Amino acid sequence: MTQSVVVQVGQCGNQVGCRFWDLALREHAAVNKKGIYDEALSSFFRNVDTRSGGNGPDICKGKICSLKARALLIDMEEGVVNEILQGPLRDVFDSKQLITDVSGSGNNWAVGHKMYGFQYRENIVEKLRKTAEHCDCLQCFFIIHSMGGGTGSGLGTFVLNLLEEEFPEVYRFVTSVYPSGEDDVITSPYNSVLAMKELNEHADCVLPIENESLFEIVNKIHQMINSGKLGSTVKQNSLVTSSAGSAKTLQEKPFDAMNNIIANLLLNLTSSARFEGSLNMDLNEISMNLVPFPRLHYLVSSLTPLYTLADVNVPSRRLDQMFSDAFSRDHQLIQADPKHSLYLACALLVRGNVQVSDLRRNIERLKPSLHFVSWNQEGWKTGLCSVPPVGHSHSLLALANNTCVKPTFVELKDRFMKLYKKKAHLHHYLQIDGMEQSCFSEAISSLSDLIEEYDELDATKGGPRIDPSRLKIAV
Amino acid sequence: MSIVTVQLGQCGNQIGHEVFSALCSDIRGTHGLCSKKENESYHDSCKERFFCEQESGVPIARAVLVDMEPKVISQTLSMAARSGHWKYNSHSHFCQKQGSGNNWANGYSVHGPRHKEAIMNLVQKEAEKCDRLGGFFTIMSMAGGTGSGLGAFVTQCLRDAFPTSFILNHVIWPYGTGEVIVQNYNSVLTLSHLYQSSDALLVHENDVIHKICAQLMNIKQISFRDVNEIIAHQLGSVFQPTHTAGEGSGYSRNPLGDLMETLVPHPEFKLLGLRNIPQMPENSLAYSTFSWPGLIKHLRQMLIANAKMEEGIDWQVRPPPPGSSIPSTNKPLHFNTSIANLVILRGKDVHDVDLGSFQDPSLYTSWLNPQDAFSAWKTPRAFNKYEKSAALVSNSQFLLKPLDSIVGKAWNMFASKAYLHQYTKFGIQEEDFLDCFTTLEQVISSYTNL
Repeated sequence: MTQSVVVQVGQCGNQVGCRFWDLALREHAAVNKKGIYDEALSSFFRNVDTRSGGNGPDICKGKICSLKARALLIDMEEGVVNEILQGPLRDVFDSKQLITDVSGSGNNWAVGHKMYGFQYRENIVEKLRKTAEHCDCLQCFFIIHSMGGGTGSGLGTFVLNLLEEEFPEVYRFVTSVYPSGEDDVITSPYNSVLAMKELNEHADCVLPIENESLFEIVNKIHQMINSGKLGSTVKQNSLVTSSAGSAKTLQEKPFDAMNNIIANLLLNLTSSARFEGSLNMDLNEISMNLVPFPRLHYLVSSLTPLYTLADVNVPSRRLDQMFSDAFSRDHQLIQADPKHSLYLACALLVRGNVQVSDLRRNIERLKPSLHFVSWNQEGWKTGLCSVPPVGHSHSLLALANNTCVKPTFVELKDRFMKLYKKKAHLHHYLQIDGMEQSCFSEAISSLSDLIEEYDELDATKGGPRIDPSRLKIAV
Repeated sequence: MSIVTVQLGQCGNQIGHEVFSALCSDIRGTHGLCSKKENESYHDSCKERFFCEQESGVPIARAVLVDMEPKVISQTLSMAARSGHWKYNSHSHFCQKQGSGNNWANGYSVHGPRHKEAIMNLVQKEAEKCDRLGGFFTIMSMAGGTGSGLGAFVTQCLRDAFPTSFILNHVIWPYGTGEVIVQNYNSVLTLSHLYQSSDALLVHENDVIHKICAQLMNIKQISFRDVNEIIAHQLGSVFQPTHTAGEGSGYSRNPLGDLMETLVPHPEFKLLGLRNIPQMPENSLAYSTFSWPGLIKHLRQMLIANAKMEEGIDWQVRPPPPGSSIPSTNKPLHFNTSIANLVILRGKDVHDVDLGSFQDPSLYTSWLNPQDAFSAWKTPRAFNKYEKSAALVSNSQFLLKPLDSIVGKAWNMFASKAYLHQYTKFGIQEEDFLDCFTTLEQVISSYTNL
């Protein structure tokens, strides 16, 4: 069994991360009734004997003593991390896992990447090494950050770079929250494009997320609950937006519901690696199957179901509905429509009491309405994990490598160019040591190249399919 | 003679467990409709082949379990132990922590050499426990990373370490519409490598077994467990003891050797398909009776028309008229030409069964004598609660179309260079791919021109 380490950077990263740890504890508590520290738990948590002040060696077997998250919390201002440390999760983190500063990055990628990067490099490497040493077999780093700000975007991508240098064999999965059009941070296009270059070059897989999509999902759920249309009540803990513990909606912060969705995404992504199933899908398999060319590693994700009704028996028709939903616009975590674009590859990770025949039936059913690239007509990767998420009897996570990410990037490029042409706010960046005009031009060029790669693939869509001729053998 | 089974990867281990379960439950079953003496002899023979005796009396499977991540092996070991009727040797397994990531190159070039010694040590130990080693039976899928890549490497190692032993690879062909996106690459790499070191490849296709589950067994929500149970039943019907040398002789002492001798006359032709008849849900068994002539007729037509199961057989397909030597290009469409066939009959009244229809020369390619091309093994001991059952192991054009399809899709993907970077980073280059394609095109060509 392998371990993964979560590196949460910046305000967004840490808020999402906090939700992740909360829900991870809940999930493991639901599965692990006996309180024994097992391999599944060890993928994200260490078991520590607090009597020795937490300095003793980790306890690898036996009862759970005190769980510590395999995480690194980084933020250049203290507010968010301090709040976490005062909240219910304070015991899950120890002080050696934190890196904070006071003044923040001022929504400036250069400050995060160049200035703080340089300043904290050694500190970060040391803490990463420590965390890695606690792992028997470290497989993956999960970075959670936003693209539009300064710390998450700048320092986050600096850490990404660092991870590639120091731990080249370990996978790097990045969950990036992309800014929306009406973002109140004016320089978010700069920050995002500068960060994109780093993601292009150093990440193994990127899961882009857009706040607008999360917001729409939250609204949809509210509407559904408040309409009382269906007559039956929704299981509170099954909501993809709900926090663990008691449903104290008063104390929930505004972004909590949205962040819970991302947390659930990460839990589902790693479920087959942690729990058993009849067709396991590990993280290295995700990278292997969904990344046909090194730079095309942006995966559109969708989660279903968003909630489960309290009446337990779910007929097979509902199961099929789950599959259909995964491909509908409403369930995607970015503003994109994969159905009308070109699929390079698609992965379906099913959890719960779903068997291979259900999977096959639905693939057959949905295939005709989806466009797959000519050299990968049957490009499906499937996984079956027997343990369902909390509150559900089954769930589905769909990850698609699809050209529908292109519009997001094109928009980003356009917003960048609007500012860049006028050289607006550039001086804030260029005054930072190590930052030059070439950083900008290289970044935009990297983004343009990426868009072009997607363009080329799109051009093949719908065209006549000419299979290359086979090798001829002399008889 | 004993057979050592090597279970590789998730698929190999899950199936291996079902196989040993099926074998064990068959011998523990009722008398099998034959004399007590016959039954005891069957029991002993099966035990010797697949299990080794321990003081506690619980038979221990002669198997080595290999996987690159721990979840499946620990599940397999505990399921076997819980059955109470058999178990695995608690030391005969090897696993790592991180899996092969569906990457053939990772399994073959990285995990293989790294863990060669440890794995071969386990195999050596199992082999030494056998009074007489009859050969190796490996179970693997070709779509993933461990079963396929590491499996190909281990097969090579077996060949090097045991040059005179028989090696039979049981290979699972994945569903046509993906379980794994790079399954076609992995399959091409696996098959071409196995062809060098293995004696024969016994194939099961997931699509086919799935249909059997749906149409014959009437299972509504088919799970991999259901699929694996069917595969285990089919394998059991081949590997349980039989008389290979006619009535009165003892059970065969060299099952793998006999299999190879009858079915693989030429090293270019190693692909074996398996058909089993009848197949039905257990609760329907009591209400059905079969006649041998009926079963044989169906089985023969299944062979000729390349039918996957006893429903939906195309009865229009006929062998070419006798006496005329027709070039292969003019042979009737869909007619399945065989190189060699083996029919195994188990159950009531086996010795009176007329198998002349299988010796029809028009079924076979011209370069073998039909007497040599066809063999029949019979045993009066019934198998797995079927009063009468017949299995057909065939070296014929059964797998030609599926093979061609896999190679075609892999070639298509290869031409666009998709995913190649994932393989090259572990040492499998484009030239290696080309070599593999060439090998398989050759195999396709050979089978096409029968």
